[in-house]
Amino acid sequence: MKILVGYKRVVDYNVRIQVKPDGTGVVTDGVKLSANPFDDIALEEALRLREKGVADEVVVVGIGPADLTAHLRNGLAMGANRAIHVVTPEAVQPLTAARTFLKLVEQEQPGLVILGKQAIDDDANQTGQMLAALWDRPQATFASKVEIADGKATVTREVDAGLEVIEAELPAVITTDLRLNEPRFIKLPDIMKAKSKPIDTIEFTSLGVDAHDQLKTTRYAAPSKRSKGVMVKDAAELVALLKQKGLL
Amino acid sequence: MSKILVIAEHLNGKLNPSTARAVSAAIAVKPEAVDVLVLGEKADTVAAEAAKIEGVCRVLTIARAENAHPLAAVLAPQIAKAATGYSHVFVPSTTFGKDVAPRVAALLGVAQVSDVMSVEDSHTFKRPIYAGNAIVTVEADSSHAVVATIRTASWPAAPSGANNASVEALNIDVALPAHTRFVQLLEGKSDRPDLQSAGKVISGGRGVGSKENFDIIYKLADKMGAAVGASRAAVDAGYVPNELQVGQTGKIIAPELYIAIGISGAIQHLTGIKDAGTIVAINKDGEAPIFEVADIGLVGDLFKLIPEFEQAIG
Repeated sequence: MKILVGYKRVVDYNVRIQVKPDGTGVVTDGVKLSANPFDDIALEEALRLREKGVADEVVVVGIGPADLTAHLRNGLAMGANRAIHVVTPEAVQPLTAARTFLKLVEQEQPGLVILGKQAIDDDANQTGQMLAALWDRPQATFASKVEIADGKATVTREVDAGLEVIEAELPAVITTDLRLNEPRFIKLPDIMKAKSKPIDTIEFTSLGVDAHDQLKTTRYAAPSKRSKGVMVKDAAELVALLKQKGLL
Repeated sequence: MSKILVIAEHLNGKLNPSTARAVSAAIAVKPEAVDVLVLGEKADTVAAEAAKIEGVCRVLTIARAENAHPLAAVLAPQIAKAATGYSHVFVPSTTFGKDVAPRVAALLGVAQVSDVMSVEDSHTFKRPIYAGNAIVTVEADSSHAVVATIRTASWPAAPSGANNASVEALNIDVALPAHTRFVQLLEGKSDRPDLQSAGKVISGGRGVGSKENFDIIYKLADKMGAAVGASRAAVDAGYVPNELQVGQTGKIIAPELYIAIGISGAIQHLTGIKDAGTIVAINKDGEAPIFEVADIGLVGDLFKLIPEFEQAIG
Protein backbone atom coordinates (compact mmCIF):
# COMPACT_ATOMS: atom_id res chain seq x y z
CA MET A 1 0.00 0.00 0.00
CA LYS A 2 1.09 3.49 -0.80
CA ILE A 3 0.59 6.38 1.64
CA LEU A 4 0.44 10.02 0.59
CA VAL A 5 1.39 12.51 3.28
CA GLY A 6 0.71 16.24 3.17
CA TYR A 7 3.85 18.11 4.18
CA LYS A 8 3.29 21.84 4.54
CA ARG A 9 5.90 24.42 5.39
CA VAL A 10 4.81 27.04 7.90
CA VAL A 11 6.27 29.70 10.18
CA ASP A 12 7.93 27.81 13.03
CA TYR A 13 5.69 27.40 16.05
CA ASN A 14 8.17 29.18 18.31
CA VAL A 15 8.13 32.39 16.28
CA ARG A 16 6.23 35.30 17.75
CA ILE A 17 3.98 36.40 14.92
CA GLN A 18 3.97 40.13 14.15
CA VAL A 19 1.31 41.76 12.03
CA LYS A 20 2.69 44.26 9.50
CA PRO A 21 1.85 47.83 10.52
CA ASP A 22 -0.05 48.44 7.27
CA GLY A 23 -2.32 45.43 7.89
CA THR A 24 -1.40 43.64 4.66
CA GLY A 25 -0.04 40.47 6.25
CA VAL A 26 2.23 39.08 8.91
CA VAL A 27 6.00 39.50 8.91
CA THR A 28 7.58 36.45 7.28
CA ASP A 29 10.87 37.90 6.02
CA GLY A 30 13.80 36.29 7.77
CA VAL A 31 11.45 34.26 9.96
CA LYS A 32 12.26 30.60 10.65
CA LEU A 33 10.14 28.18 8.63
CA SER A 34 9.52 24.56 9.61
CA ALA A 35 7.29 21.64 8.79
CA ASN A 36 3.77 22.01 10.14
CA PRO A 37 4.00 20.02 13.41
CA PHE A 38 0.86 18.01 12.59
CA ASP A 39 2.41 17.07 9.24
CA ASP A 40 5.53 15.75 10.96
CA ILE A 41 3.17 13.57 13.00
CA ALA A 42 1.43 12.48 9.76
CA LEU A 43 4.75 11.52 8.19
CA GLU A 44 5.89 9.69 11.32
CA GLU A 45 2.68 7.64 11.32
CA ALA A 46 3.13 6.74 7.66
CA LEU A 47 6.73 5.68 8.30
CA ARG A 48 5.66 3.50 11.22
CA LEU A 49 3.03 1.83 9.05
CA ARG A 50 5.73 1.13 6.47
CA GLU A 51 8.05 -0.25 9.16
CA LYS A 52 5.22 -2.54 10.32
CA GLY A 53 4.86 -3.82 6.76
CA VAL A 54 1.39 -2.30 6.33
CA ALA A 55 2.64 0.15 3.70
CA ASP A 56 5.46 -0.19 1.20
CA GLU A 57 5.82 3.37 0.00
CA VAL A 58 5.50 6.77 1.66
CA VAL A 59 5.23 9.84 -0.58
CA VAL A 60 5.40 13.37 0.85
CA VAL A 61 3.50 16.07 -1.00
CA GLY A 62 4.17 19.79 -0.87
CA ILE A 63 2.36 22.62 -2.63
CA GLY A 64 4.37 25.82 -2.89
CA PRO A 65 7.09 27.91 -4.50
CA ALA A 66 10.29 26.65 -6.10
CA ASP A 67 12.29 26.89 -2.88
CA LEU A 68 10.03 24.34 -1.20
CA THR A 69 12.48 21.65 -2.36
CA ALA A 70 14.69 22.03 0.73
CA HIS A 71 11.67 21.48 2.95
CA LEU A 72 10.65 18.35 1.03
CA ARG A 73 14.22 17.06 1.42
CA ASN A 74 13.61 17.13 5.17
CA GLY A 75 10.64 14.85 4.65
CA LEU A 76 12.78 12.53 2.59
CA ALA A 77 15.49 12.63 5.26
CA MET A 78 12.92 11.67 7.84
CA GLY A 79 12.26 8.59 5.75
CA ALA A 80 9.78 9.17 2.92
CA ASN A 81 10.59 7.22 -0.26
CA ARG A 82 9.94 10.12 -2.59
CA ALA A 83 8.35 13.53 -2.81
CA ILE A 84 5.93 15.33 -5.09
CA HIS A 85 6.31 19.08 -5.37
CA VAL A 86 3.35 20.90 -6.86
CA VAL A 87 4.91 24.18 -7.86
CA THR A 88 3.00 27.41 -7.44
CA PRO A 89 4.16 30.80 -6.24
CA GLU A 90 0.76 31.46 -4.65
CA ALA A 91 -0.38 30.28 -1.25
CA VAL A 92 -3.35 27.96 -1.80
CA GLN A 93 -6.48 27.83 0.31
CA PRO A 94 -7.79 24.53 1.73
CA LEU A 95 -10.36 23.84 -1.02
CA THR A 96 -7.72 24.35 -3.69
CA ALA A 97 -5.27 22.20 -1.74
CA ALA A 98 -7.90 19.45 -1.46
CA ARG A 99 -8.61 19.61 -5.21
CA THR A 100 -4.88 19.39 -5.87
CA PHE A 101 -4.55 16.35 -3.61
CA LEU A 102 -7.48 14.74 -5.41
CA LYS A 103 -5.56 15.00 -8.70
CA LEU A 104 -2.53 13.38 -7.09
CA VAL A 105 -4.71 10.70 -5.53
CA GLU A 106 -6.07 9.86 -8.98
CA GLN A 107 -2.52 9.56 -10.32
CA GLU A 108 -0.98 7.73 -7.39
CA GLN A 109 -3.89 5.56 -6.17
CA PRO A 110 -2.82 5.53 -2.50
CA GLY A 111 -4.47 3.29 0.09
CA LEU A 112 -4.23 6.02 2.66
CA VAL A 113 -3.75 9.78 2.75
CA ILE A 114 -2.51 11.19 6.05
CA LEU A 115 -2.66 14.93 6.65
CA GLY A 116 -2.22 17.14 9.69
CA LYS A 117 -5.54 18.11 11.25
CA GLN A 118 -4.65 21.75 10.79
CA ALA A 119 -1.75 23.90 9.69
CA ILE A 120 -0.57 26.22 12.41
CA ASP A 121 -0.48 29.22 10.09
CA ASP A 122 -4.07 29.53 8.83
CA ASP A 123 -5.51 27.17 11.50
CA ALA A 124 -8.23 26.26 8.98
CA ASN A 125 -8.63 22.54 9.79
CA GLN A 126 -10.31 21.77 6.46
CA THR A 127 -8.14 20.14 3.82
CA GLY A 128 -8.42 16.50 4.92
CA GLN A 129 -12.18 16.64 5.29
CA MET A 130 -12.54 18.38 1.92
CA LEU A 131 -10.34 15.83 0.18
CA ALA A 132 -12.35 12.98 1.68
CA ALA A 133 -15.58 14.60 0.44
CA LEU A 134 -14.29 15.21 -3.09
CA TRP A 135 -12.83 11.69 -3.23
CA ASP A 136 -16.06 10.26 -1.75
CA ARG A 137 -14.06 8.25 0.78
CA PRO A 138 -14.06 7.98 4.60
CA GLN A 139 -12.41 10.54 6.83
CA ALA A 140 -11.01 9.91 10.28
CA THR A 141 -10.05 13.28 11.69
CA PHE A 142 -8.11 14.17 14.87
CA ALA A 143 -6.56 10.70 15.12
CA SER A 144 -4.71 9.68 18.27
CA LYS A 145 -4.42 5.98 17.36
CA VAL A 146 -4.47 4.21 14.00
CA GLU A 147 -4.67 0.48 13.32
CA ILE A 148 -4.78 -0.93 9.81
CA ALA A 149 -6.06 -4.47 9.17
CA ASP A 150 -8.36 -6.31 6.76
CA GLY A 151 -8.71 -3.39 4.38
CA LYS A 152 -9.86 -0.96 7.01
CA ALA A 153 -8.48 1.58 9.43
CA THR A 154 -9.66 1.56 13.03
CA VAL A 155 -9.03 5.06 14.28
CA THR A 156 -9.32 6.55 17.75
CA ARG A 157 -10.29 10.21 17.48
CA GLU A 158 -9.86 12.97 20.05
CA VAL A 159 -13.29 14.59 20.32
CA ASP A 160 -14.74 17.07 22.80
CA ALA A 161 -16.59 14.35 24.68
CA GLY A 162 -13.56 12.05 24.99
CA LEU A 163 -12.28 9.43 22.57
CA GLU A 164 -14.33 8.15 19.65
CA VAL A 165 -13.41 4.99 17.76
CA ILE A 166 -14.50 4.59 14.14
CA GLU A 167 -13.82 2.15 11.33
CA ALA A 168 -13.02 3.43 7.87
CA GLU A 169 -12.74 1.26 4.80
CA LEU A 170 -9.61 1.94 2.74
CA PRO A 171 -8.76 4.01 0.87
CA ALA A 172 -9.39 6.75 3.40
CA VAL A 173 -8.15 10.09 4.68
CA ILE A 174 -6.78 10.37 8.20
CA THR A 175 -5.91 13.66 9.90
CA THR A 176 -3.53 13.64 12.84
CA ASP A 177 -3.88 14.99 16.35
CA LEU A 178 -1.01 15.77 18.70
CA ARG A 179 -0.86 12.54 20.62
CA LEU A 180 -0.76 10.12 17.69
CA ASN A 181 3.02 9.74 17.97
CA GLU A 182 6.26 11.58 18.56
CA PRO A 183 8.05 12.31 15.31
CA ARG A 184 11.62 11.04 15.01
CA PHE A 185 14.57 13.36 14.67
CA ILE A 186 16.44 13.52 11.40
CA LYS A 187 19.95 12.05 11.55
CA LEU A 188 22.86 13.36 9.53
CA PRO A 189 23.36 10.20 7.39
CA ASP A 190 19.67 10.38 6.46
CA ILE A 191 20.15 13.92 5.17
CA MET A 192 22.90 12.60 2.88
CA LYS A 193 20.69 9.70 1.75
CA ALA A 194 17.79 12.06 1.06
CA LYS A 195 19.83 13.88 -1.56
CA SER A 196 19.49 10.95 -3.94
CA LYS A 197 15.77 10.40 -3.38
CA PRO A 198 13.49 11.57 -6.17
CA ILE A 199 11.36 14.71 -6.06
CA ASP A 200 8.80 14.90 -8.88
CA THR A 201 7.88 18.45 -9.73
CA ILE A 202 4.48 19.19 -11.22
CA GLU A 203 3.42 22.64 -12.31
CA PHE A 204 0.25 23.51 -10.45
CA THR A 205 -1.23 25.02 -13.62
CA SER A 206 -0.78 21.69 -15.45
CA LEU A 207 -3.14 19.89 -13.04
CA GLY A 208 -6.21 21.74 -14.24
CA VAL A 209 -7.33 22.56 -10.72
CA ASP A 210 -9.81 25.37 -10.26
CA ALA A 211 -7.56 27.81 -8.43
CA HIS A 212 -10.19 30.47 -8.02
CA ASP A 213 -9.91 30.97 -4.27
CA GLN A 214 -13.14 32.19 -2.88
CA LEU A 215 -12.02 33.82 0.35
CA LYS A 216 -10.41 37.20 0.09
CA THR A 217 -8.38 38.37 3.06
CA THR A 218 -8.77 42.12 3.21
CA ARG A 219 -7.03 42.99 6.46
CA TYR A 220 -4.66 41.60 9.07
CA ALA A 221 -4.77 43.00 12.58
CA ALA A 222 -3.06 42.29 15.85
CA PRO A 223 -5.38 40.78 18.44
CA SER A 224 -6.66 43.06 21.15
CA LYS A 225 -4.31 42.93 24.11
CA ARG A 226 -5.42 42.22 27.64
CA SER A 227 -4.47 45.06 29.92
CA LYS A 228 -1.65 44.54 32.36
CA GLY A 229 -2.81 42.86 35.55
CA VAL A 230 -1.77 43.13 39.15
CA MET A 231 0.43 40.88 41.26
CA VAL A 232 -0.78 39.84 44.70
CA LYS A 233 1.49 38.71 47.52
CA ASP A 234 -0.47 35.82 48.97
CA ALA A 235 -3.58 33.65 48.78
CA ALA A 236 -5.54 35.85 51.17
CA GLU A 237 -5.03 38.91 48.98
CA LEU A 238 -6.05 36.88 45.92
CA VAL A 239 -9.29 35.78 47.58
CA ALA A 240 -10.04 39.35 48.70
CA LEU A 241 -9.58 40.63 45.16
CA LEU A 242 -11.74 37.90 43.61
CA LYS A 243 -14.48 38.56 46.17
CA GLN A 244 -14.29 42.27 45.37
CA LYS A 245 -14.83 41.42 41.67
CA GLY A 246 -17.78 39.24 42.63
CA LEU A 247 -16.09 36.10 41.33
CA LEU A 248 -16.12 34.21 44.62
CA MET B 1 -31.61 38.62 2.13
CA SER B 2 -29.80 35.95 4.06
CA LYS B 3 -31.29 32.67 5.21
CA ILE B 4 -29.15 30.72 7.62
CA LEU B 5 -29.14 27.04 8.47
CA VAL B 6 -27.49 26.25 11.81
CA ILE B 7 -26.49 22.63 12.35
CA ALA B 8 -27.36 21.41 15.84
CA GLU B 9 -24.75 19.56 17.87
CA HIS B 10 -26.11 17.07 20.37
CA LEU B 11 -25.14 14.01 22.37
CA ASN B 12 -27.20 11.54 24.38
CA GLY B 13 -30.44 13.34 23.53
CA LYS B 14 -29.20 16.71 24.77
CA LEU B 15 -28.56 19.81 22.70
CA ASN B 16 -24.99 21.07 23.07
CA PRO B 17 -24.84 24.74 24.23
CA SER B 18 -22.53 25.44 21.28
CA THR B 19 -25.63 25.37 19.06
CA ALA B 20 -27.17 28.43 20.75
CA ARG B 21 -23.85 30.24 20.33
CA ALA B 22 -23.88 29.51 16.61
CA VAL B 23 -27.46 30.88 16.53
CA SER B 24 -26.12 34.15 18.04
CA ALA B 25 -23.61 34.42 15.21
CA ALA B 26 -26.39 33.72 12.71
CA ILE B 27 -28.54 36.49 14.19
CA ALA B 28 -25.57 38.88 13.83
CA VAL B 29 -25.85 38.48 10.04
CA LYS B 30 -29.33 40.10 10.36
CA PRO B 31 -30.93 37.43 8.22
CA GLU B 32 -34.48 36.95 7.09
CA ALA B 33 -34.56 33.55 8.82
CA VAL B 34 -32.50 31.30 11.07
CA ASP B 35 -33.41 27.61 10.95
CA VAL B 36 -31.80 24.83 12.95
CA LEU B 37 -31.22 21.37 11.48
CA VAL B 38 -31.15 18.38 13.82
CA LEU B 39 -29.82 15.09 12.46
CA GLY B 40 -30.17 12.07 14.69
CA GLU B 41 -31.57 8.59 15.05
CA LYS B 42 -34.40 10.31 16.83
CA ALA B 43 -34.60 14.06 16.80
CA ASP B 44 -37.65 14.96 18.91
CA THR B 45 -36.18 15.95 22.27
CA VAL B 46 -33.24 17.78 20.75
CA ALA B 47 -35.53 19.55 18.30
CA ALA B 48 -37.84 20.62 21.13
CA GLU B 49 -34.86 22.12 22.94
CA ALA B 50 -33.66 23.91 19.80
CA ALA B 51 -37.16 25.30 19.18
CA LYS B 52 -36.92 27.28 22.42
CA ILE B 53 -33.82 29.22 21.37
CA GLU B 54 -34.76 32.82 20.69
CA GLY B 55 -34.29 33.88 17.09
CA VAL B 56 -34.87 30.42 15.63
CA CYS B 57 -37.66 30.39 13.01
CA ARG B 58 -37.96 26.68 12.24
CA VAL B 59 -36.34 23.49 13.47
CA LEU B 60 -35.86 20.91 10.73
CA THR B 61 -35.25 17.29 11.59
CA ILE B 62 -33.80 14.34 9.74
CA ALA B 63 -34.33 11.25 11.86
CA ARG B 64 -32.84 8.05 10.52
CA ALA B 65 -30.90 5.12 11.92
CA GLU B 66 -27.72 6.08 10.04
CA ASN B 67 -27.64 9.35 12.00
CA ALA B 68 -27.32 7.62 15.38
CA HIS B 69 -23.72 8.84 15.63
CA PRO B 70 -22.26 12.01 14.16
CA LEU B 71 -20.19 10.54 11.30
CA ALA B 72 -19.18 13.36 8.98
CA ALA B 73 -19.28 11.16 5.88
CA VAL B 74 -22.90 10.25 6.64
CA LEU B 75 -24.14 13.66 7.82
CA ALA B 76 -22.45 15.85 5.20
CA PRO B 77 -24.46 14.76 2.13
CA GLN B 78 -27.71 15.30 4.04
CA ILE B 79 -26.63 18.75 5.26
CA ALA B 80 -25.45 19.73 1.77
CA LYS B 81 -28.84 18.75 0.36
CA ALA B 82 -30.76 20.48 3.15
CA ALA B 83 -28.71 23.64 2.53
CA THR B 84 -30.47 24.25 -0.77
CA GLY B 85 -32.07 27.68 -0.63
CA TYR B 86 -29.93 28.88 2.28
CA SER B 87 -27.31 31.60 1.93
CA HIS B 88 -25.30 30.42 4.95
CA VAL B 89 -24.62 27.17 6.82
CA PHE B 90 -23.24 27.74 10.32
CA VAL B 91 -21.81 24.97 12.49
CA PRO B 92 -20.22 25.36 15.94
CA SER B 93 -16.43 25.16 15.80
CA THR B 94 -16.24 22.17 18.11
CA THR B 95 -14.74 18.82 17.12
CA PHE B 96 -18.19 17.97 15.72
CA GLY B 97 -18.34 21.07 13.53
CA LYS B 98 -14.68 20.99 12.53
CA ASP B 99 -15.17 17.42 11.33
CA VAL B 100 -18.38 17.83 9.35
CA ALA B 101 -18.43 21.43 8.05
CA PRO B 102 -15.49 21.23 5.60
CA ARG B 103 -17.02 18.06 4.17
CA VAL B 104 -20.25 19.99 3.55
CA ALA B 105 -18.32 22.92 2.05
CA ALA B 106 -16.45 20.63 -0.35
CA LEU B 107 -19.69 18.94 -1.45
CA LEU B 108 -21.11 22.40 -2.17
CA GLY B 109 -17.87 23.41 -3.88
CA VAL B 110 -17.36 26.42 -1.63
CA ALA B 111 -14.60 27.67 0.62
CA GLN B 112 -15.18 27.54 4.36
CA VAL B 113 -14.69 30.32 6.87
CA SER B 114 -13.32 28.66 10.01
CA ASP B 115 -13.73 30.01 13.55
CA VAL B 116 -15.84 33.10 12.93
CA MET B 117 -15.20 35.60 15.78
CA SER B 118 -17.28 38.45 14.44
CA VAL B 119 -19.67 39.22 11.62
CA GLU B 120 -18.87 42.46 9.77
CA ASP B 121 -21.59 42.02 7.14
CA SER B 122 -23.33 39.09 5.48
CA HIS B 123 -20.17 37.95 3.67
CA THR B 124 -17.40 39.53 5.73
CA PHE B 125 -16.08 37.92 8.89
CA LYS B 126 -13.19 38.12 11.32
CA ARG B 127 -11.28 34.99 12.27
CA PRO B 128 -8.04 34.17 14.10
CA ILE B 129 -4.94 32.73 12.46
CA TYR B 130 -1.52 31.81 13.87
CA ALA B 131 -3.01 30.65 17.17
CA GLY B 132 -4.87 33.92 17.53
CA ASN B 133 -1.75 36.07 17.07
CA ALA B 134 -3.33 37.73 14.08
CA ILE B 135 -6.95 38.43 13.25
CA VAL B 136 -7.92 38.49 9.60
CA THR B 137 -10.93 40.00 7.92
CA VAL B 138 -12.11 37.68 5.15
CA GLU B 139 -14.71 38.18 2.46
CA ALA B 140 -16.58 35.19 1.14
CA ASP B 141 -17.77 35.10 -2.46
CA SER B 142 -21.37 36.33 -2.41
CA SER B 143 -22.31 34.22 -5.43
CA HIS B 144 -22.00 31.04 -3.32
CA ALA B 145 -23.42 29.80 -0.05
CA VAL B 146 -21.22 30.59 2.94
CA VAL B 147 -20.17 27.61 5.06
CA ALA B 148 -18.66 28.69 8.36
CA THR B 149 -17.70 27.29 11.72
CA ILE B 150 -18.44 29.55 14.66
CA ARG B 151 -15.81 30.13 17.32
CA THR B 152 -18.10 29.49 20.28
CA ALA B 153 -16.00 31.43 22.82
CA SER B 154 -16.64 34.63 20.84
CA TRP B 155 -20.43 34.37 21.03
CA PRO B 156 -22.89 34.29 23.92
CA ALA B 157 -25.51 31.56 23.81
CA ALA B 158 -28.75 32.91 22.37
CA PRO B 159 -31.25 32.92 25.25
CA SER B 160 -33.59 29.99 25.51
CA GLY B 161 -37.13 29.66 26.75
CA ALA B 162 -39.39 32.28 25.23
CA ASN B 163 -39.42 30.92 21.70
CA ASN B 164 -41.61 28.20 20.25
CA ALA B 165 -40.34 27.58 16.73
CA SER B 166 -42.13 25.08 14.54
CA VAL B 167 -40.56 21.64 14.15
CA GLU B 168 -40.74 20.03 10.72
CA ALA B 169 -39.43 16.68 9.53
CA LEU B 170 -37.38 16.89 6.35
CA ASN B 171 -37.39 14.19 3.74
CA ILE B 172 -33.99 14.15 2.15
CA ASP B 173 -33.46 11.71 -0.65
CA VAL B 174 -29.74 11.14 -0.72
CA ALA B 175 -27.60 8.00 -0.78
CA LEU B 176 -25.50 7.58 2.35
CA PRO B 177 -22.13 5.83 2.40
CA ALA B 178 -21.53 2.71 4.48
CA HIS B 179 -17.74 2.96 4.30
CA THR B 180 -17.42 4.68 7.69
CA ARG B 181 -18.74 3.05 10.85
CA PHE B 182 -19.02 4.12 14.46
CA VAL B 183 -17.46 1.67 16.93
CA GLN B 184 -17.64 3.36 20.31
CA LEU B 185 -17.37 6.57 22.27
CA LEU B 186 -15.20 6.46 25.37
CA GLU B 187 -16.77 9.38 27.18
CA GLY B 188 -14.92 11.27 29.84
CA LYS B 189 -17.37 10.78 32.71
CA SER B 190 -17.49 13.67 35.10
CA ASP B 191 -20.00 15.25 37.45
CA ARG B 192 -18.16 18.55 37.16
CA PRO B 193 -19.43 21.43 35.02
CA ASP B 194 -18.78 21.19 31.28
CA LEU B 195 -15.44 22.76 30.39
CA GLN B 196 -16.77 24.54 27.32
CA SER B 197 -19.68 26.28 29.02
CA ALA B 198 -18.59 26.61 32.66
CA GLY B 199 -18.44 30.04 34.26
CA LYS B 200 -15.36 29.09 36.25
CA VAL B 201 -12.46 26.93 35.11
CA ILE B 202 -9.44 25.75 37.08
CA SER B 203 -6.61 24.48 34.87
CA GLY B 204 -3.43 22.67 35.76
CA GLY B 205 -0.20 22.39 33.81
CA ARG B 206 3.11 20.62 33.89
CA GLY B 207 3.88 22.32 37.19
CA VAL B 208 1.29 20.11 38.89
CA GLY B 209 3.80 17.32 38.39
CA SER B 210 1.80 14.09 38.26
CA LYS B 211 -1.57 12.45 37.77
CA GLU B 212 -1.86 11.99 41.56
CA ASN B 213 -0.99 15.61 42.24
CA PHE B 214 -3.81 16.69 39.93
CA ASP B 215 -6.18 15.86 42.77
CA ILE B 216 -5.30 19.25 44.22
CA ILE B 217 -6.80 20.84 41.07
CA TYR B 218 -9.92 18.65 41.16
CA LYS B 219 -10.43 19.38 44.85
CA LEU B 220 -10.22 23.13 44.38
CA ALA B 221 -12.52 22.96 41.34
CA ASP B 222 -15.12 21.02 43.31
CA LYS B 223 -14.98 23.48 46.14
CA MET B 224 -15.56 26.36 43.71
CA GLY B 225 -18.07 24.55 41.48
CA ALA B 226 -15.65 24.96 38.59
CA ALA B 227 -14.80 22.87 35.54
CA VAL B 228 -11.30 21.41 35.20
CA GLY B 229 -9.00 22.11 32.28
CA ALA B 230 -5.37 21.47 31.48
CA SER B 231 -2.50 22.59 29.31
CA ARG B 232 -1.21 20.42 26.48
CA ALA B 233 1.85 19.58 28.57
CA ALA B 234 -0.33 18.10 31.31
CA VAL B 235 -2.31 16.04 28.80
CA ASP B 236 0.81 14.85 26.98
CA ALA B 237 2.33 13.82 30.31
CA GLY B 238 -0.74 11.70 31.01
CA TYR B 239 -1.91 13.66 34.07
CA VAL B 240 -5.41 14.12 32.59
CA PRO B 241 -7.41 12.88 29.56
CA ASN B 242 -7.36 14.69 26.21
CA GLU B 243 -10.81 16.22 26.52
CA LEU B 244 -9.51 18.60 29.20
CA GLN B 245 -6.99 20.28 26.90
CA VAL B 246 -7.41 24.03 26.49
CA GLY B 247 -5.66 25.89 23.68
CA GLN B 248 -5.11 26.29 19.95
CA THR B 249 -5.67 22.62 19.21
CA GLY B 250 -7.86 21.83 22.19
CA LYS B 251 -10.84 23.71 23.54
CA ILE B 252 -11.24 27.46 23.17
CA ILE B 253 -13.11 28.71 26.23
CA ALA B 254 -14.40 31.96 27.68
CA PRO B 255 -15.31 31.48 31.35
CA GLU B 256 -15.86 34.43 33.68
CA LEU B 257 -12.98 33.22 35.82
CA TYR B 258 -9.99 31.18 34.66
CA ILE B 259 -7.37 30.09 37.16
CA ALA B 260 -4.17 28.73 35.60
CA ILE B 261 -2.11 26.73 38.04
CA GLY B 262 1.41 25.61 37.20
CA ILE B 263 0.88 26.62 33.56
CA SER B 264 3.74 28.58 31.98
CA GLY B 265 1.50 30.01 29.24
CA ALA B 266 2.69 28.98 25.78
CA ILE B 267 0.99 31.07 23.07
CA GLN B 268 -0.86 27.93 21.98
CA HIS B 269 -2.46 27.77 25.45
CA LEU B 270 -3.12 31.50 25.74
CA THR B 271 -5.16 31.52 22.55
CA GLY B 272 -7.62 29.17 24.24
CA ILE B 273 -8.30 31.51 27.18
CA LYS B 274 -7.93 35.08 25.95
CA ASP B 275 -11.70 35.65 25.99
CA ALA B 276 -11.95 34.74 29.67
CA GLY B 277 -13.33 37.47 31.93
CA THR B 278 -10.66 37.33 34.61
CA ILE B 279 -7.48 35.28 34.34
CA VAL B 280 -5.63 34.32 37.51
CA ALA B 281 -2.17 32.77 37.27
CA ILE B 282 -0.40 30.89 40.03
CA ASN B 283 3.13 29.84 39.11
CA LYS B 284 6.44 29.51 40.86
CA ASP B 285 8.26 31.22 37.98
CA GLY B 286 7.58 34.96 38.12
CA GLU B 287 8.90 35.30 34.56
CA ALA B 288 6.38 32.82 33.08
CA PRO B 289 4.53 34.24 30.05
CA ILE B 290 1.17 33.46 31.67
CA PHE B 291 1.70 36.55 33.85
CA GLU B 292 1.65 38.74 30.72
CA VAL B 293 -2.04 37.97 30.18
CA ALA B 294 -3.11 37.36 33.77
CA ASP B 295 -5.33 39.94 35.46
CA ILE B 296 -4.13 38.71 38.81
CA GLY B 297 -0.83 36.95 39.36
CA LEU B 298 0.55 35.12 42.33
CA VAL B 299 4.09 33.79 42.39
CA GLY B 300 4.87 30.82 44.57
CA ASP B 301 4.66 27.09 45.21
CA LEU B 302 1.25 25.84 44.18
CA PHE B 303 1.31 23.03 46.75
CA LYS B 304 1.53 25.63 49.48
CA LEU B 305 -0.67 28.29 47.89
CA ILE B 306 -3.65 26.16 46.81
CA PRO B 307 -4.45 24.86 50.32
CA GLU B 308 -4.08 28.43 51.62
CA PHE B 309 -6.34 29.69 48.84
CA GLU B 310 -8.95 27.04 49.64
CA GLN B 311 -8.87 27.95 53.28
CA ALA B 312 -9.16 31.67 52.58
CA ILE B 313 -12.25 31.08 50.40
CA GLY B 314 -13.86 29.75 53.55
